[in-house]
Amino acid sequence: MALKIVKGSIDRMFDKNLQDLVRGIRNHKEDEAKYISTCIDEIKQELKQDNIAVKANAVCKLTYLQMLGYDVSWAAFNIVEVMSSSKFTYKRIGYLAASQCFHESTDVIMLTTNQIRKDLSSPNQYDTGVALTGLSCFVTPDLARDLANDIMTLMSHTKPYIRKKAVLIMYKVFLKYPESLRPAFPRLKEKLEDPDPGVQSAAVNVICELARRNPKNYLSLAPLFFKLMTSSTNNWVLIKIIKLFGALTPLEPRLGKKLIEPLTNLIHSTSAMSLLYECVNTVIAGQYWFSVGSASLSSLCVFGVVDSPEVKYLGLLAMSKILKTHPKSVQSHKDLILQCLDDKDESIRLRALDLLYGMVSKKNLMEIVKKLMLHVDKAEGTTYRDELLTKIIDICSQSNYQYITNFEWYISILVELTRLEGTRHGHLIASQMLDVAIRVKAIRVFAVAQMATLLDNAHLLTGNMQRNGICEVLYAAAWICGEFSEHLENPMQTLEAMLRPKVATLPGHIQAVYVQNAAKLFATVLKAQEGNTDSTTAQETSQLMIDRLPLFVQSANLEVQERASCILQLVKYIQKLQQKDVEVAEEVNALFAGELNPVAPKAQKKVPVPEGLDLDAWINEPPSESESEDEQPKAIFAKEEPKHSRTRHTEVDEKELARRREARKQEQANNPFYIKASPSSQKVYQDAPGVEHIPVVQIDLSVPLKVPGLPMSDQYVKLEEERRQKERAEKKKKEKKKRKEKRSGRGKKHDSGPESEEDITPAHQVDIVTEEMPEVQTNLLSSNCVFVHLYLSRPLADSEKLPVRSHRAAEAAKSPVEDGETENATSLEPKKKSSKEKREKKKDKDRDRKVRVQRCSKGRLEQQVQRIVLKNKNKLLFKNLFPPTQVYDIQGNLQDGSQVVVSVIFENKCDSFLKSMEFNVLDSLNSKLQRPEGSGPHDGLTVPFQLPPGVSNEARFVFTVQSIVMPQKLKGTLTFIVKNEDSSTHEKLDFKLHFTCTSYLITTPCYSDAFAKLLESGDLKGSSVRLEGVNMPFHHLLARICFHHHFSVVERIDSCASMYSRSIQGHHVCLLVKTVSKQQRSTREPIWDTLAMCKTADSDASVFLCCKKQNQDLKDKSVCQKTHKKLYIHIIFHFYFATF
Amino acid sequence: MQFMLLFSRQGKLRLQKWYVPLSDKEKKKITRELVQTVLARKPKMCSFLEWRDLKIVYKRYASLYFCCAIEDQDNELITLEIIHRYVELLDKYFGSVCELDIIFNFEKAYFILDEFLLGGEAQETSKKNVLKAIEQADLLQENIDFQMRLFAGTVGEVNIAVVVDQ
Repeated sequence: MALKIVKGSIDRMFDKNLQDLVRGIRNHKEDEAKYISTCIDEIKQELKQDNIAVKANAVCKLTYLQMLGYDVSWAAFNIVEVMSSSKFTYKRIGYLAASQCFHESTDVIMLTTNQIRKDLSSPNQYDTGVALTGLSCFVTPDLARDLANDIMTLMSHTKPYIRKKAVLIMYKVFLKYPESLRPAFPRLKEKLEDPDPGVQSAAVNVICELARRNPKNYLSLAPLFFKLMTSSTNNWVLIKIIKLFGALTPLEPRLGKKLIEPLTNLIHSTSAMSLLYECVNTVIAGQYWFSVGSASLSSLCVFGVVDSPEVKYLGLLAMSKILKTHPKSVQSHKDLILQCLDDKDESIRLRALDLLYGMVSKKNLMEIVKKLMLHVDKAEGTTYRDELLTKIIDICSQSNYQYITNFEWYISILVELTRLEGTRHGHLIASQMLDVAIRVKAIRVFAVAQMATLLDNAHLLTGNMQRNGICEVLYAAAWICGEFSEHLENPMQTLEAMLRPKVATLPGHIQAVYVQNAAKLFATVLKAQEGNTDSTTAQETSQLMIDRLPLFVQSANLEVQERASCILQLVKYIQKLQQKDVEVAEEVNALFAGELNPVAPKAQKKVPVPEGLDLDAWINEPPSESESEDEQPKAIFAKEEPKHSRTRHTEVDEKELARRREARKQEQANNPFYIKASPSSQKVYQDAPGVEHIPVVQIDLSVPLKVPGLPMSDQYVKLEEERRQKERAEKKKKEKKKRKEKRSGRGKKHDSGPESEEDITPAHQVDIVTEEMPEVQTNLLSSNCVFVHLYLSRPLADSEKLPVRSHRAAEAAKSPVEDGETENATSLEPKKKSSKEKREKKKDKDRDRKVRVQRCSKGRLEQQVQRIVLKNKNKLLFKNLFPPTQVYDIQGNLQDGSQVVVSVIFENKCDSFLKSMEFNVLDSLNSKLQRPEGSGPHDGLTVPFQLPPGVSNEARFVFTVQSIVMPQKLKGTLTFIVKNEDSSTHEKLDFKLHFTCTSYLITTPCYSDAFAKLLESGDLKGSSVRLEGVNMPFHHLLARICFHHHFSVVERIDSCASMYSRSIQGHHVCLLVKTVSKQQRSTREPIWDTLAMCKTADSDASVFLCCKKQNQDLKDKSVCQKTHKKLYIHIIFHFYFATF
Repeated sequence: MQFMLLFSRQGKLRLQKWYVPLSDKEKKKITRELVQTVLARKPKMCSFLEWRDLKIVYKRYASLYFCCAIEDQDNELITLEIIHRYVELLDKYFGSVCELDIIFNFEKAYFILDEFLLGGEAQETSKKNVLKAIEQADLLQENIDFQMRLFAGTVGEVNIAVVVDQ
């Protein structure tokens, strides 16, 4: 022994320690990777030695390398070794390494359970502390479950140092193992009044974090926290308490009133910004804004004034929260916010911009946008400028241009924005121009004039068009000029501008619009010139077209080419007619007659599919495969749909066509979303009461129509002021008149004073295009929240007790609805005939249970699948049963004990058709999904059926399992296609498969003499556990054990029973259940809860199995839900396990 | 708090503490992204930024950046306070701390952090208590080391070198 240590010490002399390693890495800057790889080799050698000091040194170095980004997962086991050293020095290093390197999928974590448990109960508080700290970083659901009880005990440790850590780590345990919350909560509550301030603050911390997830449970603690808040002076604790109240007040408005005073006091008295900020946040969350309003606002002003970017940022953040509920109170801080636009920090500027979006009103829009325009001019960096540009457009266009009173101003703003260099948002400006010009009829004259100027000055925009998107604006300009060419002052000039040779350098889609609209313009020009009786000018115009169009005919862009050659031929024909002195203008104009109306993007969706028409059905036989796809020209024009080519083949007789046309017309007439060519709908809108006094046309006169060069939007601000004044005066006059007529002597309501929002009337009317209504979410699921369904006030159920440190076959009794299993359970010989009879009986007994029986053709395998439907917050819980008749199969096939069949019932609970389902499970080392040969280890299995709505079906999957003495959780996904009438979407559903230990047990009958022999043999290890608070009849208890854990009763004498079961790999499990007292509390005391391993005599593993049996009931359920728009798709997974 | 990173001006990671379980790959990706983002910011800029669905709070002390990720509802200012408190603790422990102290004694830096924060929450607000706990744990460690040395020292000449080495 001594020699070994000597040898180790000598070795150590030559080892590098951490400092050497760090130094070495710093000295090998140029070949760091090589140096480290030699270091890792050395470390591997060191880890092979027996000396723990050497190992600890190696692990310490590995931790450093891990931080540098090297993979050290291979050393996980060595880390566990160092962790389990009895010396604090090494233990500390081991736990540090573990906390840095382990994560949930690290296998060896399973091995640490006992070690951690030992350390937690160590007499040395630093051992315990180190273990707690480490655990906080790598706690897994399994660890949480197994150690919850130990940690709970530590919460009442004598040393505050341990109490404090234990309380804090409980939060991590709750997250991983929510079931532990209810049993641990009373003690956590006690800790709120712990004499040690550190423990107290830890408890406040944990409860505050919990309350953020589900505040409802913690309302009862409010008085206690209120006391703490008024007495505590620790800012850290205060912040947490105030945050907690922030979560509670929305649930309990009365709390808000009580909080006003202490919060106001804090806001006024505290010097800590962080506390102030938290108070303000809570005030905002509490909605009791007006009472504390003045105080908060003044403090917010402090936020704005203090010269710290952090505080400024938070102030803006808080304001944006206030803005949602009380926009008016923020609007008065407009100047402050505008100032923030000048800030050096971009994130502050962006925050301020966000705020502006919510702050605008009819009154201040022009002013705000004017300021923003100034910023656009001086902003450096294109990203920020682009951000500004989009924000300006967002602000102006929000809710159907609600805040714009003067669209001429808006058009000028848009035109000014086109002068921005290097912006990427040309298309945005363009779409705004188009939108406004189409929807605001009164603005067209003005818009067309502006667009004509733009087209004339196109060279300004296209100067560097290669790299910017601003030329997109020309797309809009050309279209507007063409479409509304009747408003053009000088169409001939514009036509020439559109046919300049330079146009050919523009992107193809813009050229196409140019060509098309040149034709429109041509029509207009022709009409004007023919009226003049001078035919030569008209012919000259045609000649101009014929001269210029060939340029476009040669274009590389197909669409430009097609349009140009089409129009060229047309113009040539027109020219011919002109030479014969035929009047053609009328007919040419007819080409472009009719008005284009705006249509909401989703309007098409609202047009119902005519009855009897199936859009997905083949109209004629689908083409055979040999008809090669690539022969078909693939979408030369972007909008062409492949289906069009097929409709050509339809042969529908005239009558049918006429009938359909009629039906369609009828539908269109009834459909409010279809915008009809007739102006009736718009007229209705304009005639709406209260709108008719809007002076739509008058205003146009007050604006100079001919703006030389590019317009300045500023002038509109002034004009707008004048207009409003005029309007107000007019209104007053009207009012007076009214008053005179009515002779009512009431006071002046609308007299001067600040004008209210409603008083400002827009100068132009926007055609509102109805957007599709948002679909109403009727029932929002909060299933993502862990603690939602936990009710802390409910008394503890037996099943929720934390696993105690001992071995047992814990029959967690947690299935609230079942009570009819008695007959089933007492059956000692599960034979086919009897089981069938019983099933019949049971069916009669509980009618709400649906029992489904499937029978194999040969009758060898009979399966009984039982469902219990629990109404539990939208959840349907399904349970399983072992087929009692399978016993015979298994006994003959013990070698096959490594295979498990999982039956999954897929039930479609939505109204859509589900198809192409693919089932995939992420294999673990222990359990693998058997896949057909040739498929990779990550391929999914196709579910061999489709599911129409409301239908359920069962699929089976085979898993290979290596060890059955540990529970398994496999993650998996199900992908499928949801098919609706009009669409089909790809959906994904994640689920977990739980393989618990008792699912590997098979109900096996055992005679009492064989049972006695087994016990006598001494192969079995025993342990016992006492459960309290079980208040159900003894036979029910037995029934449950039989039912859920697949035991069979060997012998029963009064309130004592011995039970037996066997695993698929042949392990014997014996169990003695005994009731100790005859009162309400019955106690179970399994004496031999043991697995004698037939194959492996590994006692540790058997212990493991026993522990893991706890709560299996909870785990066999897996309910996956997913929202799909309004519908819920429920797919219920239903597992049971069996061997071949 | 979700995690804490310490890195140098050159972008070299000096310390990392994760309070949420993530795979190494994910951690590396996050680290790389964050180091880049934070280093790109100018000195006078705001210490907070939004990143994915988290809030990042960072502060620079000398050549080291301390960077924390917190959830949406957490208080940024108190996080800044936590960073500052940690720096103070390091300063007290090492005696005017510099980057090299943290590089060469990185395990000590972790121990201090673990005494100050647990599971992402501040566990001890008193500086004195944190340092006391660390000192006592160190004392315990040194005692064991000392015994080891004594024991090794009785065996022969060679082991004197071992003592020196330690």
